[in-house]
Amino acid sequence: MDQIILQILNGLDKGSAYALIALGLTLIFGTLGVVNFAHGALFMLGAFCTVTLSRILGLSRTVIDETRTDFLGKPLKVEVPYVYDWFGENLGATIIDWNVPLSILFAIPIMIAIGVIMERGLIKHFYNRPHADQILVTFGLAIVLQEVIKYYFGANQIPAPAPEAFVGSFDFGAAVGFEAGAIIYPYWRIVYFCFAMILIAAVFAFLQFTTFGMVVRAGMADRETVGLLGINIDRRFTIMFGIAAAVAGLAGVMYTPINSPNYHMGMDFLVISFVVVVVGGMGSLPGAVLAGFVLGILESFASMRQVIELLPGINQVVIYLAAIIILLTRPRGLMGRKGVMED
Amino acid sequence: MLGLNKNDMRLLLIVAAMVALAPIILNPFPESSAMAQFNAGYPDLMQRFVIFGIFAIGFNILFGLTGYLSFGHAAFLGAGSYAGMWMLKLLSINVIPAIIFSTFIAGLISLAIGWISLRRSGIYFSILTLAFAQMAFSLAASVLTPITGGETGLQTNLNDPRVLPSFLGGGASDGGNIPKPSLFGMEMTASFKLPVAGWEWTFNWGYYVCGVIMLVAFYVAIRVFRSPFGLMLRAVKSNQQRMSYTGLNTRPYMLACFVISGMYAGLAGGLMAAMDPQVGAERMQWTASGEVVLMTILGGIGTLIGPVLGAGLIKYFENIFSKINSSLLHEWFAFLPDGLEDFIVAIIYPFIGKGWHLTLGLMFMAVIIFLPGGLVELGQRIARRFGKGRTANATGETKPAE
Amino acid sequence: MSKTNMTRRGVLKTGTLAGAGLAVPTIFTASSAAAFTNEPTGSSVTLGFNVPQTGPYADEGADELRAYELAVEHLNGGGDGGMLSTFSSKALDGTGILGKKVEYVTGDTQTKPDAARASARSMIEKDGAVMITGGSSSGVAVAVQALCQEAGIIFMAGLTHSNDTTGKDKKANGFRHFFNSYMSGAALAPILADRYGKDRKAYHLTADYNWGYTTEEAVRTSTEAMGWETVAAVKTPLAQTDFSSYVAPVLNSGADVLVLNHYGGNMVNSLTSAVQFGLRAAEANGKNFEIVVPLYSRLMAKGAGKNVAGIFGSTNWHWSLENVGGAKYAGTNAFVQSFGQKYGFPPSQAAHTTYCQTLLYADAVQRAGSFNPCAVAEALEGFEFDGLGNGKTLYRAEDHQCFKDVLVVKGKENPENEFDLLEIVDITPAEQVSYDASIFGGDLGSCNAGA
Repeated sequence: MDQIILQILNGLDKGSAYALIALGLTLIFGTLGVVNFAHGALFMLGAFCTVTLSRILGLSRTVIDETRTDFLGKPLKVEVPYVYDWFGENLGATIIDWNVPLSILFAIPIMIAIGVIMERGLIKHFYNRPHADQILVTFGLAIVLQEVIKYYFGANQIPAPAPEAFVGSFDFGAAVGFEAGAIIYPYWRIVYFCFAMILIAAVFAFLQFTTFGMVVRAGMADRETVGLLGINIDRRFTIMFGIAAAVAGLAGVMYTPINSPNYHMGMDFLVISFVVVVVGGMGSLPGAVLAGFVLGILESFASMRQVIELLPGINQVVIYLAAIIILLTRPRGLMGRKGVMED
Repeated sequence: MLGLNKNDMRLLLIVAAMVALAPIILNPFPESSAMAQFNAGYPDLMQRFVIFGIFAIGFNILFGLTGYLSFGHAAFLGAGSYAGMWMLKLLSINVIPAIIFSTFIAGLISLAIGWISLRRSGIYFSILTLAFAQMAFSLAASVLTPITGGETGLQTNLNDPRVLPSFLGGGASDGGNIPKPSLFGMEMTASFKLPVAGWEWTFNWGYYVCGVIMLVAFYVAIRVFRSPFGLMLRAVKSNQQRMSYTGLNTRPYMLACFVISGMYAGLAGGLMAAMDPQVGAERMQWTASGEVVLMTILGGIGTLIGPVLGAGLIKYFENIFSKINSSLLHEWFAFLPDGLEDFIVAIIYPFIGKGWHLTLGLMFMAVIIFLPGGLVELGQRIARRFGKGRTANATGETKPAE
Repeated sequence: MSKTNMTRRGVLKTGTLAGAGLAVPTIFTASSAAAFTNEPTGSSVTLGFNVPQTGPYADEGADELRAYELAVEHLNGGGDGGMLSTFSSKALDGTGILGKKVEYVTGDTQTKPDAARASARSMIEKDGAVMITGGSSSGVAVAVQALCQEAGIIFMAGLTHSNDTTGKDKKANGFRHFFNSYMSGAALAPILADRYGKDRKAYHLTADYNWGYTTEEAVRTSTEAMGWETVAAVKTPLAQTDFSSYVAPVLNSGADVLVLNHYGGNMVNSLTSAVQFGLRAAEANGKNFEIVVPLYSRLMAKGAGKNVAGIFGSTNWHWSLENVGGAKYAGTNAFVQSFGQKYGFPPSQAAHTTYCQTLLYADAVQRAGSFNPCAVAEALEGFEFDGLGNGKTLYRAEDHQCFKDVLVVKGKENPENEFDLLEIVDITPAEQVSYDASIFGGDLGSCNAGA
């Protein structure tokens, strides 16, 4: 029992990442009708916002310490971050420690800007082109973005630890009446799940309860009519693209303590998130979120030792197997609408 | 001739001439010149050009004619490779059983996958094929290790049985060395080098075997494109619903098309194993499936020659650009003053060697933005500008890609 | 329209013609004048450096390439000579190899066997490379080694740790300087038993591919021989990025040690997950819970950050070896000095192994007096040397595997700088990690000179 609860927790956690990326993908697809293969790259860029901020916070002056030596036997250069000079050693250290949460503030404007530039500069010209062209051009963009990141940050992973306060794990079992230590779960992963829920709720609330959101939803349903009503739907769609980019970026920012980011992380998520979107049903936002969590939990269950022993290799294929079964029994995914992307 | 009209015949002859003369055409720079780095006329790359050409031609039969975008074609390529490899290990080192069996196995597997996937259309079809291919890749790399050799891959071994009689290429290894894949004793790696003035041309036996098979495959593709069957498939692309309303069941046609396309992939896979006896699971990964999509689109969807050109371009980038390193760059620009040399090298350096992916990405974007019809469109534009009188059909365009 | 339909006669005719055409080029089989593949005839000789330049191991590949460039510089008499001055064989004199200037070509393996072979073939067929070296995974090493055997070229493996490379997939033309899974297990087990006790229960997470299998096997066998018990061994997909669902059940499994048979990104991610789940701080069976990483690399340790602190593993070489182990490991400092001067940071173990391989190849050619792969192989087989940073080392003739001391290392608790991540705990002498060449099966075959 405790194992099952543990894997559900794990699944929710994985599912949050899938759901966030799939949500952004669906937003772009639903509003603009564009299949964005660069969405994984946006997730990666978000993660590298964290890395960039930590590099900025780590900018330092060097002091030569004559008492110690480096690997070549020369006097050791000690780096003192400027942040220490400005805020004092204690506050400076805290700021560096809280780098990941701080990156949220740093990433939002950057990711929105990247999204808007992408839409205005490139995607705009592809609205009336076949989906294959959209896939190719965004895939090309994804490669370019990831190579640029690799050029500046290298191919290895770069650690971006969570703040000291969130290191360690929460004894979930003890809290709900199992024996102590039966179900423990890292604090940061709980934070990630809550963060994802808040972000998803915010996106839905924004679309549901604001005039802007209402217009966008109307545009998703029938773009031409909304345009005929004299509403500048293009500008709103551009903003939606920015928001979708920010959602992916924030998912990346908060993901960094879970897995140290590298330039390739976007591609790792790309295929999975497409499967999630399609299983959820093209163009359905709740479908994307639901499918994200369902597949996340399935993946977690499949990786249990007892399951692998029963069905060797199931952990490798469970997501794809589930996708096939769902698509064969529910032709348009879990919550898809008729006529979307079937031509 | 051969049941082709004049234009198609001309296209086939042009392709045949290109294949025959590739060792010369692809080596335009003298051996000793600095530009020799850009020569592509060596056996491995030439073999890759035609093999991936076959793969892309087959993919285009499905994608170009019916508009169904399969994201799992690499699985057929990989399955063909494994099947071919096992023939080389078990039956004989002669490549013929390997090639036949790989095509057959890929046909069977594509029949099974096609039968299921073709129940859906559009992106749902794409995701179904992707899911099957990814499952094939994951299992091949792990659980199926006894059959596939896992991540290390499958190779010929010293203790392979090879049960056929020796004149058919059977028999175990001789003298502690593994026999090389051959066609009735002619080894695929055998080459004849012809030095002419500053040039050196390598005529490789394996390449010509692949080349001949590619021409046959190309010919079959032309026939498919021009047949009533091809017309039916194109009708499916333009409006499948209308087809159903006329009382026609399109699925058998689609399935046949899918299987043909899968068999092309299997043939390509078998040839890969025959030219270079090593199969790795990553040959089935989604990136490999994506690569053939890129090849087809880069070259020109729905055109006959486009996929072959696209395949050539991508393989050229992968093999030539990745090998340029900074010391070579410095050599090339050594004639410039020092500061300027370093500056130019610093500018170019991110795009070559380890940065070849970046160049490839930029090229995709450029082609797709400025040349939606791919390389074939480029050819047509050039032809239109320079040869006004001629119709631009020499490129084998059937109709503009939609 | 000139449409001619195919007739039976026509087909027969063309068939005969084609058959005649195919029969003609017997010239193809004729061997060329050279005695072996790519015999260098001019004033220079070309080596092929085939390293991952794209993909997850690109940084490791870049470090290998730096070492190769340094080795070439030293072979041609440039720089400070590096380990040439400490190398026990004095055949090399800084005038290239056999008086020929050393040149090189580079390629990208992408850490994919297919791409690696394509790149190696282009070096052999186009650039006339007489030796191929490099790589950062066993899959690539095995694939390229087989290719070199077929082509008649010497292959000097780069970073490859699986037993298979010189075990079941060994080839007469292939040589490995790097250590392997078996040696990691044999070196680690006594130290683990000593530090953590003989009464331990281990839980293995194993990357689901060949290297993972051999490493798990090696560590299991050698720790079980020390009295440990293996509770479970779970295979994790190679492409896995989030290991939480594999790590989470470990604490309740009754195990008190977690062995992570992962390398590269897998290692960084699984270790990060394990530390997040509090395994480092936990207690099980009344003991502190411990984590072991059989194969360590400094470049990877960097990616895992603070998480490596206090975690045991093994490594082929480390830049501080001579400072810790003494003059026995001469060469280390000379290499670090010359690499550090040129690039500004200490070399990784991948860089060390590829530098050594280049020197060893050049030296073997020099001693053999010929570039002929068979002569070179003979010169390398059973070759005993010293002064390349690992102490006394033997290139065993039976399987072309180097035998040398293995380092047991631990992640440093308080690193002084960004390179100072690993701390040498113990140096296991070569005798302790040696094994019988036949235990992994496989057959070297006979050397192939090609042509």
